[in-house]
Amino acid sequence: MRRRVLAAAIGVLALVGGAITYVAHARNGGAAENAVPVVTGQPMRFDGKTLFFRNLADGPDSGKLAAVPVADPGAARRVGELHCERFAAAHGTAICLRLKAGSLPAMTDLIILDANLRERHRETLPGTPSRARVSPDGRIVNWTLFVTGDSYAANGFSTRTGLYEVDTGRLVKTIEELAVFVDGKRYFASDVNYWGITFAADGNRFYVTMASKGTTHLIEADYRAYRGSAIAENVECPSLSPDGRRIAYKQKVSNGVWRLAVLDLASRRIIHPPDSRPVDDQPVWQGNDTLLYPLRNSDNTLDLWSVGLTTPARLLIPQATTPSLG
Amino acid sequence: MYLASVGPLRTPLRRVPGNVVALGIVSLVTDVSAEMVTAILPLYLVFGLGLNPLQFGLLDGLYAGATAVLRLVGGHVADRWRRLKTVAGVGYALSAISKLGFLAAGSTVPAIGAVLAIDRAGKGIRTAPRDALISLSSDPATMGRSFGVHRALDTIGAFLGPLVATLVLWASLNDYNSVFVTSFALATCGVILLTAFVRDQSPPAPTSRSLPMLSLLRDPNFRRCCLWAAALGLFTITDSFVYLAVQRRWDISTSLFPLLPLGTAGTFLLLAIPLGRLGDRVGRWKVFLGGHLALIVALLIVCGPVGAWWLVLALHGVFYAATDGVLPAAVGPLLPENLRASGLAVLQTGQALARMAAAVTVGLLWTLWDLRPALLVFTLALLAVTIAAAIFKPLEVRV
Repeated sequence: MRRRVLAAAIGVLALVGGAITYVAHARNGGAAENAVPVVTGQPMRFDGKTLFFRNLADGPDSGKLAAVPVADPGAARRVGELHCERFAAAHGTAICLRLKAGSLPAMTDLIILDANLRERHRETLPGTPSRARVSPDGRIVNWTLFVTGDSYAANGFSTRTGLYEVDTGRLVKTIEELAVFVDGKRYFASDVNYWGITFAADGNRFYVTMASKGTTHLIEADYRAYRGSAIAENVECPSLSPDGRRIAYKQKVSNGVWRLAVLDLASRRIIHPPDSRPVDDQPVWQGNDTLLYPLRNSDNTLDLWSVGLTTPARLLIPQATTPSLG
Repeated sequence: MYLASVGPLRTPLRRVPGNVVALGIVSLVTDVSAEMVTAILPLYLVFGLGLNPLQFGLLDGLYAGATAVLRLVGGHVADRWRRLKTVAGVGYALSAISKLGFLAAGSTVPAIGAVLAIDRAGKGIRTAPRDALISLSSDPATMGRSFGVHRALDTIGAFLGPLVATLVLWASLNDYNSVFVTSFALATCGVILLTAFVRDQSPPAPTSRSLPMLSLLRDPNFRRCCLWAAALGLFTITDSFVYLAVQRRWDISTSLFPLLPLGTAGTFLLLAIPLGRLGDRVGRWKVFLGGHLALIVALLIVCGPVGAWWLVLALHGVFYAATDGVLPAAVGPLLPENLRASGLAVLQTGQALARMAAAVTVGLLWTLWDLRPALLVFTLALLAVTIAAAIFKPLEVRV
């Protein structure tokens, strides 16, 4: 018996010791040097000529917000100290979504920043970061978070989309109260999920995806009247072009697979930019005829690509995601 | 560890058999390991690996049915080979190994599916032989208490799991692999503790019957227990719906929502032993049905105008404390010793399949009618079945 106790004690101690060693190693782990050229210590601000993104290249600065000149995306990445899982900026306002470390269930910090990337305001909401946008006038920031556990399917996922008025401080934790009309009738359902808001230049008209009962609707909404109506189906993560005429989005091909598509709002015509690879994000417009979007690469991380409405796709920045033109 | 070594049958501590305490501690450690993975899994899959939530839902629902079937296999094999401890150990070991599988699987969806399947298979295989060991290690007169002690220890593990996961994430700077490695280490500790401190029980060799499980169902008492357990399961509202209803009814903040199960688990933990002992004294079938009455009252409170959320959670915990360990304690003594694992497997599989059907039905009714009418219909049906089960009850085991 004593032998057995001793053997068991040694086994348990070895296992617990091994686990602790592994955790300690993970804490100090990661590459010591950046895999790509990186410049630190330079101020980052919005000047309309800078492309912001999340740096995913191996090294001490992996996960940090980085910037390159729009004209020279291959330049060394300028990084600061800001960690953001999602980032978006417009008109002197930015939003940074950051998963709160060690929070179970997961919580996300929503950090609202000014033109010098200084923190103006912070909210903490349940869920993990999924999408973030700033209205073109810089007055409304919005986000989508993935939330576990409140769907009726056990362990199901749902999305929660909210917004914050930067000037007034008005916070809408979820836009589920939006009065929505489908086929002219007020739509009520308990399983409604929203994701991916995009605002028009007037800061009032906005588009968002609403899913319910297995269908995804594109909702065109009026912010001040706080009502919207479904104008199309199978349009997810809409992104309105700066001229307000087109919506770039991810179009479902099959379960869990989407491709890039563009809807012309006036003609309702759908065009496919010449890149049919699977995409899973809200595209970003650069001007009125170029799209930026991340694609999964062979390292199982993401690269930033750009494609014209008719001109072929090209690799913009490797090991990067969540692009934004400040 | 002296608990298990002090004697073959009893510890000074409340006269609970040492083997039961040892099995309880194995379950505690294993549950810490399992719950820490459960707590981070959605986060890991969607955020760490970039899967989309839909893929996660598909993965998650896939293997519940397989677990039920493997429970029957585990029970049958354990009895057939007369190796309860070995079969339970294989189940624990499979789940332990699966934790390392997450590191190997990377972000390949089929590989992650396979890892989850191995984990669930391990859980399915070990349950029946483990409960049979508890049952065979206990005095039939105090079997309720034995199961109560085991379930209480098990629930402590479930409590600690998410806390340990949080601690590991914090210490490792959000490294998910560290959680899997720690979980593997703990699960392996569970296997070591089982090997070193749990004594196998060797019931007499089974008589040569080709399908012992079916022959068990010829016993009218056991058959009735299985049928009632399944019938009640058919109208037992799934936990997630209970929490959802509570959240809606009292408009509980979404950040507190994930903490609701702690209310249930806390009551379960506190009452598992007292209600198990109560069953030993007044009759386990009565306590088992009483537990369902507690659930009925809880759901009526949710649908009604008075009451409070904490009361609902407490009653939900009473339901678990009065049913989860009490049912095998009630049915165990009805079964011949050499077929105990098989019998418990049949009983629990029937109940689990019925509850899965209930989950689907509530989901459907909810979509069609909304949550409250769905709950009310289910609650009234459960009340009817509970009353029927009290009238046409199986003969109580008297010792």
